Amino acid sequence: MPTLGRGLRYISQNKVPLAFIAPSFIGVLIFVLVPFADVLRRSFFTATGSNFVGLSNYLNVFGNEAFKLAAGNTLKFVAVCIPALVAMSLVLALLVSGTKGVGDAAKSVFLLPLVIPAASMVLIWKLFFHNDGLLNSLTGSAFGTTVPFMASAAAFWVLTVSYLWKNMGYDMVLWMGGLSKIPLEIYEAAAVDGAGSFRRLFSITLPNLVGVLFMVIVLSLLNSFKVFREAYLVAGEYPHTSMYMLQHLFNNWFTALDIEKLSAGAVVMAIVIFILISLWMRLIGEGDD
Amino acid sequence: MFDTKKTSFLKSVVIFALALFVLVPICILFAGSFMGADEVYEKIGPVLTDNSGRSATWFFLPEYITLRAYVELLLDSPDFFVMFWNSIRLVLPILIGQMLVAVPAAWGFAKFKFKGRKALFMVYIVLMLMPFQVTMVSNYIVLDTMHLLNTRLAVILPAIFSTFPVFIVYRFFKGIPDALLEAAAIDGAGPLETFIYIGIPVGAPGIAAAMILGFIEYWSMIEQPLTFIKDKALWPLSLYLPGSSGNQAAVALAASIMILVPPLLVFLVGQKYLERGIQAVGLKE
Repeated sequence: MPTLGRGLRYISQNKVPLAFIAPSFIGVLIFVLVPFADVLRRSFFTATGSNFVGLSNYLNVFGNEAFKLAAGNTLKFVAVCIPALVAMSLVLALLVSGTKGVGDAAKSVFLLPLVIPAASMVLIWKLFFHNDGLLNSLTGSAFGTTVPFMASAAAFWVLTVSYLWKNMGYDMVLWMGGLSKIPLEIYEAAAVDGAGSFRRLFSITLPNLVGVLFMVIVLSLLNSFKVFREAYLVAGEYPHTSMYMLQHLFNNWFTALDIEKLSAGAVVMAIVIFILISLWMRLIGEGDD
Repeated sequence: MFDTKKTSFLKSVVIFALALFVLVPICILFAGSFMGADEVYEKIGPVLTDNSGRSATWFFLPEYITLRAYVELLLDSPDFFVMFWNSIRLVLPILIGQMLVAVPAAWGFAKFKFKGRKALFMVYIVLMLMPFQVTMVSNYIVLDTMHLLNTRLAVILPAIFSTFPVFIVYRFFKGIPDALLEAAAIDGAGPLETFIYIGIPVGAPGIAAAMILGFIEYWSMIEQPLTFIKDKALWPLSLYLPGSSGNQAAVALAASIMILVPPLLVFLVGQKYLERGIQAVGLKE
């Protein structure tokens, strides 16, 4: 058994690091990797696991009306939210990092929503967005009309606002980390050369933040999946169709124990996310140390 | 970076406006929790009953301050206490387990070179960034096989082996200079001693960052308990849904505040580590 011999030699040569990693890795194997391999296998079989069906589970997923709706909404959500969040948090980071004192207090304020559990805000979101809620009491007195926020396409925007509210501080802190890595000497040299503040912003600050930009985008994207928490608590399992996201769909497939679609869906989602992560890892340079 | 008086005024206005956006909902929640049931009914009631024919009223301070909602919550709501303890009985074992498993693993990745290290660590990073929906089925299958569904362990065990804390602590361990470890080795310290007496103390900020981010994450988790625990008697506070009658609303507001107190305290104590933790995930050293 040459492979076994090689394996044993590998273990005995690296027994110290492997001993440190083993408890974690064994758990990861049991709870994630092995079952995911099983899901991959199941995605090509019927639910009972006996008949090979090729790609038919995948075709069922892609042909599913609910999937089209949810994937479309999720894409639209990402396309609207990520640019808005990235831009807002960058402006915020530039403003906050420039001002000592006020800046520190402001930073704490913007991080606050990150800490607040979705459950705490359920009543408040309802209070704001309900037909008879606070926003409609404003629009009612200002324009004489009300918007059915939760029961129309406006529900999508409710989700957008709560996502921005929640994640602005997180992205701001990422940007600030990037800002703090730009050497001050560059600014000093530029000031000596007579560069004005806008010139410095566009010629030094922004070009130096390009690397951070990609991280902010990838992490914002991954955090966007958590918006399900708010959506679920406020609107339940079947919200207005404009805010029916992939997360709702997976949740409902799960409730129906539709293992075939769930397995194929999970594999598709894993592939998409994996592509994004590979991009991110190339940027973070984790592969080359 | 901007110097003139005019731009600095403009800056303050923008910060102030965005701060209002963040703070107004929190202030309303806070103020509402100190209102009496009648005032809650009058101001919030319309959103709790359909077609009440009137609309909610803006407020930022209660007309008269009362702690009645808190008293009622703390003395007369056994359900709330059960859920509070459920949360603690989920979050504490998760965090303790994570540290026992993740800190040594982070050390192994950060301070040793071995074949396959890079590939293995890549797997850890990919797993850390996968959303819950991707691993939901596989988790379900394994928990079902182990007959753990509908128990606390169904949430605790998969969370313990999250690779997220490994990555954060790894980032901090990476910053420990190798010279320090070599010096220890010359003094005769073995790998375990080096880890315990140098790695853990010097990497403590990273461990703190991982624990704080973990606490906030698991205190607010919705998907995992919702999916793997059907028995509502085991549900944590993060799944607390306020009752909708007018009388319950006052108590629900107080409950909302009580739910956010533990993570808020953790935040106030550890904001610095929280920020470093966020940056450790996103930034190249």
